[in-house]
Amino acid sequence: MILHCKTGSLGSLTIHGARVLDPGAGVDAVLDVKIEKGVITELGQPAGKKGGGKGIVAEGLVLAPAFVDPHVHLRTPGREDEETIASGSAAAAAGGYCAILAMPNTSPTVDNAAVLGALIERAQEEATVPTGFMAAISRGLAGEELAEMGELADAGAAAFTDDGKPLSSAGLMRRALQYAGSTGRQLALHCEEPALSRHGQMHEGAVSAELGLAGYPSVAESVAVGRDLALAAYEEQPVHLMHISVRESIELLRRALVDGVQASAEATPHHLCLTDEAVRSLDSNLKMNPPLRSEQDRLALIEALKDGTISCIATDHAPHARQEKDVPFEVAPFGVTGLETAFAALYTHLVEPGLLPLETLLERMSAGPARVFGLPLPRIAVGEPANLVLLDLESSWMVREERFRSLSANSWLLGQVLRGEVVLTVAAGRSVFGSERVIA
Amino acid sequence: MAEIRVIGNEVRTTAPAPTRHLISIEDLDREIIERLLATARNFARSLEREMKKLPTLRGRTVINLFYESSTRTASSFELAAKRLSADVMTMRASGSSVDKGESLKDTARTLTAYQPDVIVIRHVQIGAPQLIAETTSAHVVNAGDGKHQHPTQALLDLYTMQEALGRLTGLQVAIVGDVLHSRVARSLVQALNLVDAHAVCIGPPALIPRGFEQIGCEVSSDIAQIETADVVYVLRMQQERMAAGENFVPSLREYSARWGITPGRLQPGQFVMHPGPIMRGVEIDARVADSPESLIETQVRSGLVVRMAVLYDLLTQGPVSLARSVNMNEVA
Repeated sequence: MILHCKTGSLGSLTIHGARVLDPGAGVDAVLDVKIEKGVITELGQPAGKKGGGKGIVAEGLVLAPAFVDPHVHLRTPGREDEETIASGSAAAAAGGYCAILAMPNTSPTVDNAAVLGALIERAQEEATVPTGFMAAISRGLAGEELAEMGELADAGAAAFTDDGKPLSSAGLMRRALQYAGSTGRQLALHCEEPALSRHGQMHEGAVSAELGLAGYPSVAESVAVGRDLALAAYEEQPVHLMHISVRESIELLRRALVDGVQASAEATPHHLCLTDEAVRSLDSNLKMNPPLRSEQDRLALIEALKDGTISCIATDHAPHARQEKDVPFEVAPFGVTGLETAFAALYTHLVEPGLLPLETLLERMSAGPARVFGLPLPRIAVGEPANLVLLDLESSWMVREERFRSLSANSWLLGQVLRGEVVLTVAAGRSVFGSERVIA
Repeated sequence: MAEIRVIGNEVRTTAPAPTRHLISIEDLDREIIERLLATARNFARSLEREMKKLPTLRGRTVINLFYESSTRTASSFELAAKRLSADVMTMRASGSSVDKGESLKDTARTLTAYQPDVIVIRHVQIGAPQLIAETTSAHVVNAGDGKHQHPTQALLDLYTMQEALGRLTGLQVAIVGDVLHSRVARSLVQALNLVDAHAVCIGPPALIPRGFEQIGCEVSSDIAQIETADVVYVLRMQQERMAAGENFVPSLREYSARWGITPGRLQPGQFVMHPGPIMRGVEIDARVADSPESLIETQVRSGLVVRMAVLYDLLTQGPVSLARSVNMNEVA
């Protein structure tokens, strides 16, 4: 068992008349979807809501497989003022997710079975949405010695990562690849050559030159991507590249995939929607690692997302306390939240302008990441557990702090009006989020 | 272009203005720059009198908030405010609540409670003046934020060049040295662009930021390129901003040998400027610093009148289209 959440009664309801869109199952039709005890039992021609039984009239809305986020910071243990498993998973529910994977860079670090076990117990008590936990590759994320990956895998680690920090030693990276193979879990890599990123605050380019902010060059990522893909090819082990941000990384990945390397990659909504130009405002909610890149990089990410080179969208949801972000850009911590805005941001900035088909977006937010991490594939088919998101593509809403379920509000979208709203989320057969509009 | 009306011994102020700030050269346009330089010239004339104090800003309050060491900028802002009869208070980070961990925003809120008209801030971190501007109802003047901007330095440099050479349009300025760590270089290149002068930045490759040419200058690592410049503007090697092991240059000795400004590297008639503090024998030869072509002391004198002009302009001029207006609260 990799995913954990609190138990509750499995729901039964019928969603009437939505456009059911499951690109993986090849479904795109207006249907009634009947759920009984958490399982989809019927996909039928729309009959309209009849008296009796729990039902939702969803005409004009889109019903899709719920989303999977392989990259979330829940800040627990250690910074429960910024996020908890309860608040983070509630935010995920509001964002349309049916599964999330949390990063191990907490305090203490998730690098031993005791910490992992305690987190899993907590998730069973308070997680709204099925939640998995990645464990550290190296003890204390120090990049020096391997964590006990075998025991961690047995204790339920979803995958391994030193996220937030690169594995700067190529030797340790090789050992991690060799050993991870025996655990059957993915290695998720934060690709950054620290000798090149050094004290970088933003993408190195014309904007950093003008602002005087220390540059974090694109080559700091691509050098690490090149190294890790070479090691993965040599050891014939799979690797997952997290939050890829530059076009050179994509070119390396494309070549590796052609050569048969088992590599996958994710991109974040902020790297897909924004460029380093946005940093001119010096808003600390535009500071993240990797930093916002050039327009060419952004377009290359979108292209790679379209052709499947990048198979996952990951939010890298990184909550920070207000007082930590309310400081000059240079001293603000890296990271922005994203769980509650990911779909609407990408729908508004990529799908509506015609840069990305809706079907591709839905696939990369759901089946793509589920497949990479071996999680249950959300599917809209008879006999499948209900993992569904109901979307109103016509609805416009303003991103406001008060709306967030997350305990933190360091969103780059504050004050923006977005199109596309999550109306209902069903995760593992339970209704976990319903907007005020749902008539149930 | 607005004129200062000198009536008797008094420069009259006009109506209260909405909050304007001087955070970056981008807050200005050519027209405002010319107005500021003309105002500075008027103030320079008034300072030739025996009675140097003007009553212009009587009753106004200027707070200087210096989080980073400064000799020239802090002293000239203080004296500028005093020459204009404003009440001025200079606070340094050490010995204040900053030592006790008070955040920048909280310090700004605290000082705003005194209803200052202008807050002048120097801070080691880029973006600190913006943060203050979002928090206070006072006009904010950036007196240097990290490696980002130092707009009043660029203005006093333009003033100095105009006084020495009689023009700005078409001037060739070679900016030499540690451009990467220099807020002065960033502000100066932008300011030179606004007045149609030409800038070339010359220095060791690792000390010229990648993409710097896109802000409107030439870049080169060849010191011989200073040959055609009207003004050679020398930058200090900012070792305090260089982390150990960065290896921007192999050594100061080699830097000095390859990029140091010596008498032999200068053409007759070329002026030399430096924002200070100078490191004799590193980026500039002592003979150059003390030569008649050196405008370094003139820059310091210009600093006073230009900062008087900035304070005066912020507190007396109406809204200017290109100037940043964070909020429209009227000055008390």
